[in-house]
Amino acid sequence: MSVHLKNFLKEWKKNRPLFIMTIPALFLIIVFAYLPMSGLILAFKNYRYDLGVFGSAWNGLENFRYLFSSGTGWLITKNTCLYNILNLLTSQLLAIVIAIFITEINQKVFKKITQSVIFLPYFISWVIVGTFVYAFFNYETGFLNHIITSFGGEGVNLYSMPGVWPYIICAFNAWKWCGYNSVIYIAAITGVDSETYEAAAIDGASIFQRIRYITIPCIKPTVITMILLQVGRILRGDFEMFYQIIGNNGQLFNATDVIDTYVFRSLLQNSNLGMSAAASFYQSLLCFIIIMIVNTVVKHIDEDYALF
Amino acid sequence: MSKQEPKEIKLGKVRLSSSSKAFYTIAYLSLILMAVLCVIPFVLLISASFTSEEYIRFHGYSIFPKDISLEAYEMIFKSPLTIFRAYGVSIFITVVGTLLGLLVITMTAYVISRKDFKYRNKLSFFFYFTTLFNGGMVSTYIYYIQYLHLKDSLLALIFPGMFNVFYLLIMRSFVSSVPTALIESAKIDGAGEYRIFFQIVLPLLKSGMATIGLFLALGYWNDWYNAMLYMNTESKYPLQYMMYNLLQKTQALAQIASKAGIPVTNMPSSSLKMAMAIITTGPIILVYPFVQKYFVKGITIGSVKG
Repeated sequence: MSVHLKNFLKEWKKNRPLFIMTIPALFLIIVFAYLPMSGLILAFKNYRYDLGVFGSAWNGLENFRYLFSSGTGWLITKNTCLYNILNLLTSQLLAIVIAIFITEINQKVFKKITQSVIFLPYFISWVIVGTFVYAFFNYETGFLNHIITSFGGEGVNLYSMPGVWPYIICAFNAWKWCGYNSVIYIAAITGVDSETYEAAAIDGASIFQRIRYITIPCIKPTVITMILLQVGRILRGDFEMFYQIIGNNGQLFNATDVIDTYVFRSLLQNSNLGMSAAASFYQSLLCFIIIMIVNTVVKHIDEDYALF
Repeated sequence: MSKQEPKEIKLGKVRLSSSSKAFYTIAYLSLILMAVLCVIPFVLLISASFTSEEYIRFHGYSIFPKDISLEAYEMIFKSPLTIFRAYGVSIFITVVGTLLGLLVITMTAYVISRKDFKYRNKLSFFFYFTTLFNGGMVSTYIYYIQYLHLKDSLLALIFPGMFNVFYLLIMRSFVSSVPTALIESAKIDGAGEYRIFFQIVLPLLKSGMATIGLFLALGYWNDWYNAMLYMNTESKYPLQYMMYNLLQKTQALAQIASKAGIPVTNMPSSSLKMAMAIITTGPIILVYPFVQKYFVKGITIGSVKG
């Protein structure tokens, strides 16, 4: 009997109830997370429903060739990366500024109310946010056009103008997440030893010096962790957001299509399944490689900042 | 003896320099602006749901309800069956999913924080790995449908959201606040593992369970994505997806009508959509003031690594 098995049996005898308590979680994670990974081989197959994942014929790198030779592969990769970078910068920056403002203000009631209100969008489903977007920007009854026309201007149909949507998406992303993220930064700032601030106040530090030399250095580890987490997801678009804001509006795809929305469409329309399997495969794999590389590098520079 | 005041520098009492004054002005103004931006959509929604259809058609949505009417709500409650059914589905998946998920997550978090359990680190990594690497949308979808036969089954709405590694890690730090000595002394007194967990540890995890339970419940309540992928029968649609469907239909009709030059009359109304949105989001807004602190707590714990 191998040593491992022996050890396992010994542990099993000692802690059997503990093993049993993990069975539901193991079942869920194996059935709903690990087993679906086997489907990744679809990227190298010509999938046919009647033959199943394992029975379908192999076709090598055909799917990848189609995906990238059609230009779609590059477009959706570029879009996904750009949106993630833009969203990361805007939403984190906004959250940091809000957190600093809220912690600097002494008015308790004001603080509490603003924080609650800013946190509210996090609780709303993207379906409802999609409704907001439509109510704001649609041509016929939108709030924006209502304002423009009431000032005597000519209404605009934003749903046929791809160029403005990156900004709209970015704004709504920041809007939805700034409350959530600022909670994280507020926690980091209030975790700073208050004596540091007192000492600074006694030494006559101005408010800007306090922020520049105490607050910002103290939230640096949090900022780095947040950035690392996002970098690991750089090829993943927030499907719910893109789908609810843009939907199936083909006019806007060039500017707004990300890997996830592309994959989803071909999945439901049952076309180009091979291409979307390929896109999905390289998204999973690249994300994994990127996060491993980044984490290793960060670990090398400063162990404390590593994610795992 | 005079009462001892806690030592603190009252910054408010210190004479503010003009640059700090500028800072505070900017801080207050931008926070107010941000808060207004966060509230306006909701105000617009509420106002529109109480505005008559005709007014919206000619003047668009506005912040203050002008031509107040209850026709949207009347219309909804004239044939309430669809909505009540969707409410039922949402409540069912939220309650069942949250309770089961909470049990599974708490048990697992307890086990992986037991220092005398040899495989705790390996197990944690086994769970954590799924956040680094996953099958992606295509393989998951095909696997669920072809091999687990989840198409059109309510299980497809419950199972995928039940276990979440991020919540597991938050729960683990709640569990680690339970003193080890308590568990050990119970053991010495002859209590079995299950008894220790259910009768000693669980009661101490109330705030942890409230936190994770609320995260799970919010996830289930707001879920429309799984419903879109897996549900075919309209009577099994949860609230959010029913709402989404309705919006799609009205938007599509409005677009076709306006392209064809037909006046948008007799359409499922715009105020109706807004009233639907209110009905869908209402429960969240109502409980929000009471549960907000648990979310803050969960996020705070989750952001501290470990």
